[in-house]
Amino acid sequence: MADRRSFVADPVIAAHAASPLQGLKRPGEFGALTDDGPGVFLTERTGLSIGEVASWKDSEGKCRVAIRAVAGVMLNVAPGSGTAKLEINVFNFAPGRWLVAGTKPDLVAQLAGSVGEDGSVTDLSHGRVVIRIDGPKSRWVLSKLFAINFANTAFARGQGLATMHHDITALVQRVGEDAFDIHVFRSFARSFWSLLRRSSEEVGYRID
Amino acid sequence: MIITCPHCGPRDLAEFSYKGDATRTRPGTASGDLAHWNAYVYERENPAGQHREFWQHTGGCRKHLIVTRDTLTHAISHVEFPPTKAPRRSGA
Ligand SMILES: [Zn+2]
Repeated sequence: MADRRSFVADPVIAAHAASPLQGLKRPGEFGALTDDGPGVFLTERTGLSIGEVASWKDSEGKCRVAIRAVAGVMLNVAPGSGTAKLEINVFNFAPGRWLVAGTKPDLVAQLAGSVGEDGSVTDLSHGRVVIRIDGPKSRWVLSKLFAINFANTAFARGQGLATMHHDITALVQRVGEDAFDIHVFRSFARSFWSLLRRSSEEVGYRID
Repeated sequence: MIITCPHCGPRDLAEFSYKGDATRTRPGTASGDLAHWNAYVYERENPAGQHREFWQHTGGCRKHLIVTRDTLTHAISHVEFPPTKAPRRSGA
């Protein structure tokens, strides 16, 4: 039988993890601030373990159960559905494929064990940067970058999707009332972060 | 042009890659039917009107799609995922 073991990288060691945004995320308030405060808040989510689960042709249901066993969240079958909690984020961004991100260092190893032969798990912890945009103007700023309907009614909390800004692939999940997490390739993170800052100038922004 | 991906919903053309004519049938890999191979590789209808095409949602879910598009108006009447079972091939 073919050996189809999943790829699990060394866990991210929070104390040693280096951000590719170093030097670009000096805390403070920038841009055209008004008396109402910053229009958006930008933060990098650090110390995350990130895994992608891909099912085989007939094992979608089994993968959903396997993810639930590790993440402890119910998964809907509707395209793009997901759950956003403080310590764990899961969303379906393509048929039979889910992104799972969380604070447990051994999250991806646990996923690989749970999914077993019913799918493949790829450790993306070292390859992705997750940027959170929150605040009353988050939809306004995101709408300048992506041709996606970010309206409250069209993009439910927990839901996620795959899209791109020019050639920068981005996975986007709504994680709060006005908060969205954007997953980009680590090598594009500095460029995307700078773009996000520039796009946020007109509404005023804060980096924490 | 906007293509409505069955998974992702309506998305801008910039997210998709054109993958060619979806009306062709590929001869079986063991086929020695040169006329069939010639037709598969070179012959195209180039219709003015409805056409079945392969597209890939490269900037989204990355799935391949079969899109029925009017080549005169760009109106898209149908989008579906290709069947997961390979069609029966001739000359195998
Ligand atoms: Zn799609």
